[in-house]
Amino acid sequence: MTTAPQPITPPSSESQGNRIPWQRIAMWAAVIFTVLFSLGPPMWELLTSIKTNDAITADSVVYIPSWDQFTFEHYVQLFTLNQFHIYILNSLFVAVVSTLLCLGIGAPAAYALARLRIPGERLVLTCVMGVTLFPYILLFLGLLRLVQFTGLANNYLALIIPYTAINMPLTILVMRSFFQQLPKDLEDSAKIDGYNVLQMLWQIILPMTLPALVTTGILAFIFAWNEFIFALTFITQESMKTIPVAAAQLGGTSLFEVPYGPLAAATVVGTLPLVILVLFFQRKIVQGLTAGSVKG
Amino acid sequence: MPRPYATYPATHLPHLPCHPATHLPTYPNQPMPTLALENLTKAYSRKVVPVKDLSLSVGNNEFLTLVGPSGCGKSTILRVIAGLEQATGGKILINGEDVNPLPPKDRNIAMVFQSYALYPHMTVYENIASGLKLRNMPPGEIQKRIQDASKVLGLDPLMDRRPSQLSGGQRQRVALGRALVREPDAFLLDEPLSNLDALLREQVRADLKQIFERQKAPVVYVTHDQTEAMTLSSKVAVLSEGYLQQLGTPNEIYKTPANQFVAGFIGSPQMNLINTEQVGGAVLLGDFKVHLPEAAQSHSTVVLGIRPEHVRLPEEGDSQTIRGDVFLVENLGMSDLVSLRVHGDENLVIRSLIPADATWQREDLELAMPPHAIHWFNPETGARIE
Ligand SMILES: Nc1ncnc2c1ncn2[C@@H]1O[C@H](COP(=O)(O)OP(=O)(O)OP(=O)(O)O)[C@@H](O)[C@H]1O
Ligand SMILES: [Mg+2]
Repeated sequence: MTTAPQPITPPSSESQGNRIPWQRIAMWAAVIFTVLFSLGPPMWELLTSIKTNDAITADSVVYIPSWDQFTFEHYVQLFTLNQFHIYILNSLFVAVVSTLLCLGIGAPAAYALARLRIPGERLVLTCVMGVTLFPYILLFLGLLRLVQFTGLANNYLALIIPYTAINMPLTILVMRSFFQQLPKDLEDSAKIDGYNVLQMLWQIILPMTLPALVTTGILAFIFAWNEFIFALTFITQESMKTIPVAAAQLGGTSLFEVPYGPLAAATVVGTLPLVILVLFFQRKIVQGLTAGSVKG
Repeated sequence: MPRPYATYPATHLPHLPCHPATHLPTYPNQPMPTLALENLTKAYSRKVVPVKDLSLSVGNNEFLTLVGPSGCGKSTILRVIAGLEQATGGKILINGEDVNPLPPKDRNIAMVFQSYALYPHMTVYENIASGLKLRNMPPGEIQKRIQDASKVLGLDPLMDRRPSQLSGGQRQRVALGRALVREPDAFLLDEPLSNLDALLREQVRADLKQIFERQKAPVVYVTHDQTEAMTLSSKVAVLSEGYLQQLGTPNEIYKTPANQFVAGFIGSPQMNLINTEQVGGAVLLGDFKVHLPEAAQSHSTVVLGIRPEHVRLPEEGDSQTIRGDVFLVENLGMSDLVSLRVHGDENLVIRSLIPADATWQREDLELAMPPHAIHWFNPETGARIE
């Protein structure tokens, strides 16, 4: 052992080097748990949808299907026997129209609430907030009567109108706070540059608003795409049903057979458009688009 | 036929300065101002009235700077001129025409904002061109104007970038370019340099001066910065609480401030302002007598004002001097700002700017106060006593 003076080191440095990195381990455990927890069920559905019926019902659970247990028959059945493309189109139509309506009405309303000095602005906002407080199922009962009364049953409007209305408060609140943080100088500058109000909204405000519109639009679309109870009750005609309803009504060949395979395939088919939508627009949601317009 | 791109009907021509003065009864011996405010008032509510009865005019080739403390209504004046806010009273005349009823886009005015307000989704070129395109200007003319402006401002390498890819100084120049290419009837600039760092500000200030010296249209420029006001302007308007305190050339404002507010606001370091009482045709600063001019003799109390740069080390022939002990020296580089407690009055402090290379002692320092450099103000009204 040497007695030469050692460079001064903090006393804990040695123990630090050998210490088990609990923090990292805990973090990775949490990450893995979260991923498994949220992606496990979809993965299971995906795997089930490409397994033969034998593999699905086998006594020992088949996790990853082997080559001879692999099949596309559930998907084929979905589109031939069950005409699923019709339901996809129905869902697409209802969701797209209600999303566009929601943005088309909600965004201008939000702009007005953010920028114009409207008398009773607080009251309007309170009402908008108030609407979100109603339990969904209570709305349903009232809407059922309304649909009966107006004879809108088996009409896409019976879905489009409620979906639009339900998504409206969120759209207005999100868009309003977005408009509020858009620098007002930009609009003033546009006015002086010679834009009239419509040109300004269309050519200056809208391009900057795109990220917020896409974000709220995706939320509205997902709601409309997934909604079940209204779609189940207000639409009874087979050719007009939407995906969630159609998927739930998939039947086996006998009363006692649960069609696990087709159900899984329907789930995958029903989820895929949403995944594509989000992945596609995620690139479009360019964050910080307004950066650089003003001092920042 | 497309409308001409700028509202330049023949009515503008008679007001050009070369026109015989006989046709201009209101402003006999000077060119017709192209931007004039007459009794302009703007109230946001009963209590908030940031612009009160403001009248002033800015002619061709003139550069008017509005200075004043924060919240005195400078930005509001610009916004009212631009049409972004509606005036509650008075007239705004551009080339003799009252533009009050016109929306901003029909006033043919260009404005540069403190925040630059560039459109983030457009390239620099598109930003600059947008105002011209909207006025249906032929593409060739747009190109030419942008090239001209770009040459002056050095924007060529930046044309395809977006504002987010520019530095603060570059954004500032783009905003300036957007205003210049418009060739408007008036330029409005709201603290365009305040977001730049000190060094860049000085440089851009010099550029601004050159650029606007070549522009014919009147310029109204808002700033907090006295140096900008002094160096850039041909006219300065000092504002306080919505009222115009003084309008004049930078020299006039500096040399003959119209009242105590202007005296204290313009000039750095701030003017010494001392409340004193008259004693037989003179006032006492501690133990020292300062002669009171004829005009001020009728007041029992007066405010004496003298700029620190005018309080100097005595030379031969100086009759009016004070003595005191120095208690604070602030080094400003070229000179020292010296604070002195005058003998005979513990509370009386006078600040003096002494060249850094001069020699002086801290104890019992003698300083001269040349009579012609002293300003006198009425303590009640604040008005200058001549
Ligand atoms: N939209 C508005 N509504 C009500 N009051 C306003 C509005 N805009 C400005 N004011 C008030 O008008 C007064 C003058 O504001 P203004 O922006 O013109 O000041 P300023 O001289 O430009 O100040 P600064 O130097 O800080 O920019 C302030 O008291 C401000 O609170
Ligand atoms: Mg301001």
